[in-house]
Amino acid sequence: MEAITVTKTKSQSKKQNKDYIIMDKNTKAIVFGYQQRAIQRMLDFDYICRRETPSVAIIVNPTRDGMHKCFWGTKEILIPMVRTLSEATKMHPEADFMVNFASFRSAYETSKEALETKSIRSVAIIAEGIPERRTKELIKIAKEKNKWIIGPATVGGIAAGGFRIGNTAGMLDNIVASKLHRAGSVAYVSKSGGLSNELNNIIAMNTDGVYEGVAIGGDLYPGSTFIDHIMRYEANPDIKMTVLLGEVGGVDEYVVVDAMKKGKIKKPIVAWCIGTCSKVFPVEVQFGHAGARAGTDRETADVKNKAFKDAGAYVPTSFDDFDEQIKKAYTKLVKSGKHKPVPDVEPPIIPLDFDVALKQGVIRKPAQFISTISDDRGEELRYCGVKISKIFEEKWGLGGVIGLLWFKKNLPPWAREFIERVVLLTADHGPAVSGAHNSIVASRAGKDLISSLVSGLLTIGPRFGGAVQGSADHFTKYLYAGEEPSFMVKDMKSKNVNIQGIGHRIKSVTNPDVRVTIMVDFAKKNFPVTETLDYALSVEKLTTSKRNNLILNVDGCIGVLCCDMLRGIGYTHEEVREFVQLGILNAFFVLGRSIGFMGHIMDQKRLKSRLYRHPWDDIEYMMPDEPEKVK
Amino acid sequence: MAQRGIREYNGKKMLAKYWSEYISKDFSFPGKVVLVDPKTKLDDLPKKHKWLNTEKLVVKPDQLFGKRGKHGLIKANVSFTEVKKWIKERMNKDTKVGKVTGKLTHFLIEPYVPHKGEFYVAIKSNRDGDAIYFSNHGGVDIESVWDTVAEIQIGVEEDIDKINIESKLPKDTPKDKKKMFADFAKGLFKFYRDLNYAYLEINPFVVSGKDIVPLDLVARIDDTGHFESSDKWGDLPFPAPFGRKLSKEEKFIKMMDEKSGASLKLTVLNPKGRVWTMVAGGGGSVIYTDTIVDLGYRDELANYGEYSGNPTTDLTYEYAKTILDLMTREKDPKGRPKFLLVGGGIANFTDVAKTFTGITMALRDYKKKLKDTNVKIYVRRGGPNYQEGLRIMKDLGKELGVPIDVYGPETHMTRIVDMALKGEK
Repeated sequence: MEAITVTKTKSQSKKQNKDYIIMDKNTKAIVFGYQQRAIQRMLDFDYICRRETPSVAIIVNPTRDGMHKCFWGTKEILIPMVRTLSEATKMHPEADFMVNFASFRSAYETSKEALETKSIRSVAIIAEGIPERRTKELIKIAKEKNKWIIGPATVGGIAAGGFRIGNTAGMLDNIVASKLHRAGSVAYVSKSGGLSNELNNIIAMNTDGVYEGVAIGGDLYPGSTFIDHIMRYEANPDIKMTVLLGEVGGVDEYVVVDAMKKGKIKKPIVAWCIGTCSKVFPVEVQFGHAGARAGTDRETADVKNKAFKDAGAYVPTSFDDFDEQIKKAYTKLVKSGKHKPVPDVEPPIIPLDFDVALKQGVIRKPAQFISTISDDRGEELRYCGVKISKIFEEKWGLGGVIGLLWFKKNLPPWAREFIERVVLLTADHGPAVSGAHNSIVASRAGKDLISSLVSGLLTIGPRFGGAVQGSADHFTKYLYAGEEPSFMVKDMKSKNVNIQGIGHRIKSVTNPDVRVTIMVDFAKKNFPVTETLDYALSVEKLTTSKRNNLILNVDGCIGVLCCDMLRGIGYTHEEVREFVQLGILNAFFVLGRSIGFMGHIMDQKRLKSRLYRHPWDDIEYMMPDEPEKVK
Repeated sequence: MAQRGIREYNGKKMLAKYWSEYISKDFSFPGKVVLVDPKTKLDDLPKKHKWLNTEKLVVKPDQLFGKRGKHGLIKANVSFTEVKKWIKERMNKDTKVGKVTGKLTHFLIEPYVPHKGEFYVAIKSNRDGDAIYFSNHGGVDIESVWDTVAEIQIGVEEDIDKINIESKLPKDTPKDKKKMFADFAKGLFKFYRDLNYAYLEINPFVVSGKDIVPLDLVARIDDTGHFESSDKWGDLPFPAPFGRKLSKEEKFIKMMDEKSGASLKLTVLNPKGRVWTMVAGGGGSVIYTDTIVDLGYRDELANYGEYSGNPTTDLTYEYAKTILDLMTREKDPKGRPKFLLVGGGIANFTDVAKTFTGITMALRDYKKKLKDTNVKIYVRRGGPNYQEGLRIMKDLGKELGVPIDVYGPETHMTRIVDMALKGEK
């Protein structure tokens, strides 16, 4: 990588003082606006033209300064980026062309500043929608200071083999196909920028190619007009003929007609004005361009075309033989001996950009990363293939989305509702439980929401909240192995392990937990499979016969029902066990309980609670007088 | 975005609102004007505008067309009762104005002003600034008395207060009115410049007592000035030109155009025409339409249309379906083929194959109808990935059994017009 530094170099002293050239292979530009692709396109064009140095000297980006990294052929280079135009011109006084990508709101101010800067000679204004009054002010300044404006509302223009304004002429393969990597002998000026690719193509197919092309833009008052450029072309000995593409609306074309009649233009002109169809419209029509509207007869394309013909221009009878007229004019020049065709030149190969090559399918690369649940590319975000808009339209809800992202399934309504119930049920369990307590303590210590939340979540495990996970594990292990409930109770007892999900501090057979009752009823009514629940209830029968409060608690109930839900949506025993090992039950608990934790954290923040300190009187200090000595 | 006509009502209201700020405090324009649209309850109007019942009135349509007097569309010196009757007779009725037929929907009511002289003032934008035109012979077609018109050019950013307008008024300006007219022209100009007007013509205005009253006003505003002047404009509508009645399909496309960042345009010129275009790009679409007309197939041209600005697949699909639906509704009565030109220039950066996706989807939907109505399709396009785009279209032709001929940038852009239509004359 190499930095392009301030170089007041030879190129400045080499600079030609030919008024008729506003852009060529020595032109250095300031790009206003951080248009990274356009900048790269300008540099790629430079490279296939075999320019010695990049055409972009410096970038003005009001919101950021530093260096911009881009390609110069296969190498990477750095182009300086500054916040103001005055800094840019101070660093690069040799850059006399500004490509202005500012928006229609700010294009006037920035262009004005550029025109009033001594070292800048030409400004191309890309923005569309600048008020006509403002453009007229810019035109006045340009006239007084003898400067050039191309645009507004244009793609710009191109000096074949030398300099490209921003995005002009499209992709590189098109540029090479239109021979723009070297100068031909035909210049054109067009209102439309969109048609400039077509003009490049037509001229390349019928002559030795484009020398320069300018799209003056579709506004009613373009910064420079047909005649301005045509008189430059007339003065430039390397240009042998001119193509003009005008349009309905305005009278700027007549200035050229008059100059032809007065003999000021001697080089051949091939001219056509588009919009001849305006006469077939029942009411006055405004085409896309702001200036493309005929107020009077003189402004119609038909009358303009006739005027060109009368003034001696090559004028086709329709656009369809525009190419033939260009060929005719060119062939005549060559036959007369006034012009020797410019030979073709082989352009250097530009390496393909990785993303372009990938898209074309000419390269491949193993992915580092696979994702099977969602895709944020394309027109709309999709969860497991389902467009986000559809999810809203069809009210898939939280359960539906969890189904897509966790199970990659379009869940039936009962499963969606079950998941939502689990989230609601696990959302909170008061401030005293260890997770909420931890969140509160962290929050009161001044930690941010995420840190406080995480501090609470980190307590979730085998003892806190883990019962959901644990019960699912315990019950399915015995059920799927085909063991009787009585065996499970006995076996766990012999191993001295408490069955997770069984037992409650307060609730009992005679004082059931309403949360469990609701979930069990819901499952009985809606689940296609309740084998784990049934198994757990059988176990409960055995345990409650020993002690009244050894009931299936809410964690246990959720745990077993999640397993039944998974079975109900089509998973096998093996797959359910796999999910359980994966920790999917904890996922439900973490999701739900995060709601509560965050609630407690916000609660504490709103209360502006001070740092928590555990009271001394709640700690039994049992410190020995001295430590045990290790021998 | 461009210069757009506004209603006389809005022009006069704006003028009245800013009269004392820009024009004069010595003489005024009360701005008594009422706009009537199809929803207006005529009988309720006098509650808000008491002068309707106390003064003699003038009523005329306010729909961006001129020469209303010539077409018998001004009723002057009448009572409000007569005004109501006059409007009711015309509201929502088809009316022919010049070559255009349209519905009258908006009317302007204002006081009738008895007067002696009629005067003319206009301001027009030009590349070097703006020109004020003034004549003491208003109220007629101004072209017919052009030798009485004084032209005063005001340069870009030139301070009009430093110009002696009085001395530049026509020689036949009444002495006692010179100062008033000069002040009026100056103020009008400041108003025009500050509010981003591009055209303002008052023909005529009259002097009534101490006041100046513009009788007839035509104005166009540069709508790109919105971000500078919208505070002063207020809620300013830009009505469609008179007679532009949009069909259901045109309205649908217009709605899609307005809702998206892309550009989608459709004008149906002749639904029985056999040549339909579906062209990418603003300039390209005009050129295809031009060429069909210029090669002599004007009577067969069915539509003008354009899609550009990278429309989504859904948008192009809807757009293409709309056109296919229109063109395949009925067979040509003489059994001749119909033509669909899917044209375009060389795209800059748009992936051509991708833009064809929506079109191919629509063509598949219309397979049967395309065959039934004997449609032949010609495609011409260049730009990124055009080879793939053309291949897709070509294969689709085989799949559907509909003739689809495809051409790339090596074929001149409009040649498909000639290929499709030669032998059709």
